[in-house]
Amino acid sequence: MFTEFAQYVLNGLVLGALVALPALGLTLIFSVQGFVNFSVAAQMTVGAYAAWFAGAHLGWSPVVMLLFAFVVPGMLGIATDRLALAPIRRQSGAHTALMLAVVSIALNLAIENALRFLFGSDLNSFDLPIERNLQVWGLSVGPQQLRNLVTALVIAVALAAFFSLTRWGKAMRAVADNTDLARLKGIEPRNLSNLATFIGMGLAGIGGSLLAIDTSVDPSTGSRLILIIFAASVLGGLTSLYGAVLGALIIGVAGEVAMIAMPPVYQSLTAFLAILFILLVKPTGLFAGTAGVRK
Amino acid sequence: MTSYLLFIGTIAAIYALLSLGLVVSWGQAGMVNLGLVGFFGLGAYCSTLLTKFGAPIGLGWVAGAALAAAIGVGFCLLTRTLRGDYLAIVTLGFGEGLRLVELNERWLTGGSDGISGIRAPFKDALGELYPWFYFALAWILVALVVWVLSRALSSPFGRALRAVRDDEKVAAVAGKDVLRLKCQAFGIGAALFGLAGGLYAHFTSYISPDNFAVQLTIYIFLAVTAGGYSRLVGAVFGSLAVMTILESSRFAAEFIPGLSAVQIASLREFALAVALIVIMQLRPQGVFGLRNERAGSFDADTATSAAVVPVPSK
Repeated sequence: MFTEFAQYVLNGLVLGALVALPALGLTLIFSVQGFVNFSVAAQMTVGAYAAWFAGAHLGWSPVVMLLFAFVVPGMLGIATDRLALAPIRRQSGAHTALMLAVVSIALNLAIENALRFLFGSDLNSFDLPIERNLQVWGLSVGPQQLRNLVTALVIAVALAAFFSLTRWGKAMRAVADNTDLARLKGIEPRNLSNLATFIGMGLAGIGGSLLAIDTSVDPSTGSRLILIIFAASVLGGLTSLYGAVLGALIIGVAGEVAMIAMPPVYQSLTAFLAILFILLVKPTGLFAGTAGVRK
Repeated sequence: MTSYLLFIGTIAAIYALLSLGLVVSWGQAGMVNLGLVGFFGLGAYCSTLLTKFGAPIGLGWVAGAALAAAIGVGFCLLTRTLRGDYLAIVTLGFGEGLRLVELNERWLTGGSDGISGIRAPFKDALGELYPWFYFALAWILVALVVWVLSRALSSPFGRALRAVRDDEKVAAVAGKDVLRLKCQAFGIGAALFGLAGGLYAHFTSYISPDNFAVQLTIYIFLAVTAGGYSRLVGAVFGSLAVMTILESSRFAAEFIPGLSAVQIASLREFALAVALIVIMQLRPQGVFGLRNERAGSFDADTATSAAVVPVPSK
């Protein structure tokens, strides 16, 4: 019984580590630009296809493949941001943030369908050799899942270093923490928005490619996870980067543990229920201050 | 050909009802409902299941609308102290979550097979005339809703809603019950989505979770934006325009050689998504722009939402 429970928790952590990357991306973009960019989901799929193309077609090594899966959605993210979202940001009306959210959903649909046009609706797998699961203390975990976990961890550490050591990283944290104060200190949030978009979408792309390596990729790979990503981000308070990681781990574990009582297809529903629960109990999210949530 | 035109004409009327609902909650009161397809599906399944167990179809429609309205008001109350984004996220989650339930509770909804053989009103009695009857019924309903809403929105209630949309704090200071107004507007919107769902289910006599995917939300947002997002006439015009684009692109795609069915479908959806983005950029006020609805010199378009910078008085 205990082993079974521990197995669910372990699976949850593996899933949570994957979801943490796009959730970080979403949170980063929200912090700097002030709106929920729903197109992270489609950018996950872009990253997954980039990795699939680099790995299964061109035969690149895994590290270069992941780098490719970071850069392609990052660049595409900046391009779509410039083309689709920036002109609407400039209107700066009373409901710009919501307009941007609506447009980003349309953008998500557009990217998803562009991928479907190019690659078709079929599932594409990476054709990796099948490996035996590792068994430790009665727990079972796939080698690829372990590698994903480690990759996500390495990226999280690299990000933490970027945000605490570099000038750009500190500026971004300042903007996320208090936009007005950052502007007073001479940081122009608009200049940071391209960098935030690049890193955010790139993170989503890596998350998507890790997921695809473990399972497979089709045009809806990212969109299926949209609720889980948002739940993770909302759980963390939408502006807290550490909150997003913890939120993703919590959602991952909660979703897996809930499978004891619920069929696995309802994993997204647990995420939705988690959002409702958080809004009822602690509307500001678990890890952030009150700024930016209350109207 | 006539039956095809009647079919898409009726569907256009259902889109118009959805668009009218969005105009009330989004255009007039400023609340985004990203899960409108969820309320639409709720109305459809509620009415279908009720009539399956012998309830009259009219009762099914009312029940579907009432259930959708109740849930809409519930979400409104839940997010009452939060920024608008949260209502959008919750409704989006509701739409997706409901689709999962529709897909997986096979004992109730038939899963991905859907429910077929939904009862149609007076179908046996009318025979050949039935499509004409339903077409007329749907458009009479649209006309009725437009009439009632235009009365309501030009009354003090409508002015108060627009005040809430433009600046909640000002409306509250002026003594308006902001929460109550928001709940009413969002509830009316959700009720219309639910009603449209019931109308849809008994028209096509078949529903499945595929009918209630997120694409429909985008279509309705496109319709409302194209028509002018605060205007009732714009909603009707926009849904006719979207239906025309949707159906004509079906024929246009056949002229492009060498495309598979999947590619044609994805190209059409891509085009509609891009159309929404372009319209929002170039003409956010739509074909029918804002009409003499604002009081005083306050200009909603130049005010900043975050209330970071105070709006200078003009």
